[in-house]
Amino acid sequence: MKRRSFVKALALAASIAALGAAPQAFAQTKTVKVGVLHSLSGTMAISETVLKDVALMAFDEINAQGGVMGYKIEPVVVDPASNWPLFAEKARQLLTQEKVATVFGCWTSVSRKSVLPVFEELNGLLFYPVQYEGEEISKNVFYTGAAPNQQAIPAVEYLMSADGGGAKRWYLLGTDYVYPRTTNKILRAFLKSKGVAEKDIEEVYTPFGHSDYQTIVANIKKFSAGGKTAVVSTINGDSNVPFYKELGNQGLKATDVPVVAFSVGEEELRGVDTKPLVGHLAAWNYFMSIKNPTNEEFTKKWAAYAKAKGLPGHKDKPLTNDPMEATYIGIHMWKQAAEKAKSFDVAKVTAAMAGQTFTAPSGILSKMDEKNHHLYKAVFIGEVKADGQFNVVWKTKGPVKAQPWSPFIPGNDKKVDEPALMAVKK
Amino acid sequence: MRAGKRARALCGVLALFISTAASALDGAAIEKLAFGESDERIQALGALVAEGDPRAAEVLAALAAGELQTAGKRVLIVRAGEALDAATGEKVAPLPAEREDVVANNRLRGAIGRALAALKLVSRERGERLAAARALAGGADASMLPLVKRTLEAETDADVRSLLELIAASMELKTGDRRSRLSAIRTLGSSGNPSSKTLLLEAAADADAEIRAEAQKSLLAVDARLRRGEWLGLAFAGVSLGSILLLAALGLAITYGLMGVINMAHGELIMVGAYTTYVVQSLFRSSGFFDWYLVAAVPSAFMVSGLLGMALERSVIRWLYGRSLETLLATWGISLILMQTVRTLFGAQNVQVENPSFMSGGIQVLSNVVLPWNRIVIIAFTVAVLLGMWILLSRTRLGLYIRGVTQNRAMASCVGVPTARVDTWAFGLGSGIAGLAGCALSQIGNVGPDLGQGYIVDSFMVVVFGGVGQLAGTVHAALVLGFANKLLESWSGAVIAKIAVLVFIIFFIQRRPQGLFALKGRAVES
Repeated sequence: MKRRSFVKALALAASIAALGAAPQAFAQTKTVKVGVLHSLSGTMAISETVLKDVALMAFDEINAQGGVMGYKIEPVVVDPASNWPLFAEKARQLLTQEKVATVFGCWTSVSRKSVLPVFEELNGLLFYPVQYEGEEISKNVFYTGAAPNQQAIPAVEYLMSADGGGAKRWYLLGTDYVYPRTTNKILRAFLKSKGVAEKDIEEVYTPFGHSDYQTIVANIKKFSAGGKTAVVSTINGDSNVPFYKELGNQGLKATDVPVVAFSVGEEELRGVDTKPLVGHLAAWNYFMSIKNPTNEEFTKKWAAYAKAKGLPGHKDKPLTNDPMEATYIGIHMWKQAAEKAKSFDVAKVTAAMAGQTFTAPSGILSKMDEKNHHLYKAVFIGEVKADGQFNVVWKTKGPVKAQPWSPFIPGNDKKVDEPALMAVKK
Repeated sequence: MRAGKRARALCGVLALFISTAASALDGAAIEKLAFGESDERIQALGALVAEGDPRAAEVLAALAAGELQTAGKRVLIVRAGEALDAATGEKVAPLPAEREDVVANNRLRGAIGRALAALKLVSRERGERLAAARALAGGADASMLPLVKRTLEAETDADVRSLLELIAASMELKTGDRRSRLSAIRTLGSSGNPSSKTLLLEAAADADAEIRAEAQKSLLAVDARLRRGEWLGLAFAGVSLGSILLLAALGLAITYGLMGVINMAHGELIMVGAYTTYVVQSLFRSSGFFDWYLVAAVPSAFMVSGLLGMALERSVIRWLYGRSLETLLATWGISLILMQTVRTLFGAQNVQVENPSFMSGGIQVLSNVVLPWNRIVIIAFTVAVLLGMWILLSRTRLGLYIRGVTQNRAMASCVGVPTARVDTWAFGLGSGIAGLAGCALSQIGNVGPDLGQGYIVDSFMVVVFGGVGQLAGTVHAALVLGFANKLLESWSGAVIAKIAVLVFIIFFIQRRPQGLFALKGRAVES
């Protein structure tokens, strides 16, 4: 008895403390809950933590301007800890217990595949901010990252060109899960269509969190003796740090064997000595170094936010990257769509999302496709500079429409890139 | 034809390099270099080099280093807040506010590197000439052939000579007549350079049968030499992985091997060592002695993990001696507590531990083998730790006590050894060595709260495989597993290699439960 009353007293005290800590909660009664589902620990934390922070920044910004239709955004942040089944559990918790209007989250495709059935079953709404392998369309997901034709294919085309070094042999290196495997399947088909022979393509995978890249770097060297070689890296998470360290230490220079990465941006290179890595490439739809007024404002806002919140690392050296930009675009588009629909209802917001536009920090007017739930994106290819930023060495003329069903995978020509029609077909 | 002209002009540069004073460079070429399309820029680069002004080298080096900027139509070299006009070399003050970077891509940077290297081939410093020759060996422009040949006549150093011969051969292979091509193929065959292999592979598909046959022969010779390098690299990788496994397992070899405590928190003691290194590094960051932070980090990591280990032994583990299941559970709980504590203190994200500058880069031992310094340092460190531990256990009183207590506790106690205190010291020693491992691991991998989780399985594997209670066994086991892992990895990839090693251990332990090295004679416990 005694213990129970103590627990009660404790709970009461805690709730009073919580109320006391947030006095504005009384003043603002109209709120809308929004979920943030990013790994804040484990191997993916290196990439995903900033996405949580940039989402919170965007919410603050929207709230400061009066919220969404007068509703203040109340973020619900959960940590799925780089644990794929936990992603599904946390998603279910967000949708059923917290009853969030929408969720911003996931980085790896395996985590997205894990939450997908939950969102479809409970009719939730997910904004997925990272480049991915395509081969998926769900009426419950908006993909604000790049599809393969908006990142992987242009990057490989660039490396084949005279400016990219005219690569003849290809070393496809990735972490062992769905995104690298599917991307490499697409790339293999694409390379073959360009006349690259089977023996000139090597595909290698490492487990998540792999930290010893000695053999792989040695094998790349060996492979490159057979002709001009380029490495396409789809390594994800903190494995990139030991990989790039080994690359630098073993003296594999970009002028000899360029490495183009699809999941390495400014944030992943923080703390790596980038001087030996100058000239290695990354393909994205945004770089921090892109010069335009929108990006200047975005990076300034982020720097100020990081400083105010004392974000570790960012408070001294604020960095922005592509998935952060995609998260930021996604949040603002969701707000615009909700305002257009005058409702937070998933079906209404989804309908209102079609054709939404937003001036993106990448310098284009970003547009959500009317049908396929993907953004139009400009593609940039950047080379690593000595200070860890990227020099844009190539870009598309304008925004490119996403092809979630890559034409380089057999059978895709029959698929329609419209979730509505896909559902009817089922 | 233009190529030949350019080469002659290049030689002109070399003559001018010594004599002329700076004058204005060709403004049109500079403009093209800064604003043109890729092909134009490469042309402009050739024109600038051909102009024969030593300042051309300065402009090119600035472009490669990303110091070239434009302000309107003007091209500037901006260095440390000061701007020089690229064409005239005059100082531009004040610094124009609106400036754009001139971006050099890999292709341009490669071309600049080779042009600059060509200029350096006549340097008086042997090191500079060698570096220049190495840079050119990667892929020299055919136009440089006369230049290379001329420097070859004057060159006396054997290393530089052999490289230059190789470069000359690789150019003649592409452009020369049949006889010079054949001799070029033979020259290439005597090298162990991966780029020779690339060239020979092309020649092996030639229309001429004799060239094809000769190329095949040379290719075999080059391949054999390259293979030697590959094996050397593989052996080094094996030793390196072995040394890391050994460092991670050494502490456990004491706490589990000698004392019999199934210490599931061993990985977290490693992690604490790594975080200590991080803290020390942060303290050193503001001082001018950043490169020396390891000198302080190594003893700190040992002390912090060691003291933590002693505290754990005193407070938790000593009450559970002889009850291995309970120890396992208790230490597992401790490991969770430690991880969560670190998460609360430092955040769940990885922290960045930077290498001191002397641990970046590597040493080139063969043309296709570079041994990274950080791995060499860690191997040396492991040997030092091993030596220190061996001396401690076999030459000191504490070591004698530890051996006595682990061999026969009751008898040791009878002759006056304070067994409880020895337990504490021994556990502290094992934990301290785990801390040292953490310090070393922070130099090659990521430092995060779950760093230890990745090493706990490996550590137990090494200790059990080597034979519980046998330090020599631990050393052998670490090296065997390191080699086996690397050998399998080069055949089958990292994922399969890991599985294969684990399967191998399962079978091995079934056949030989006592591990590689069994205790001979009658052990007390059995």
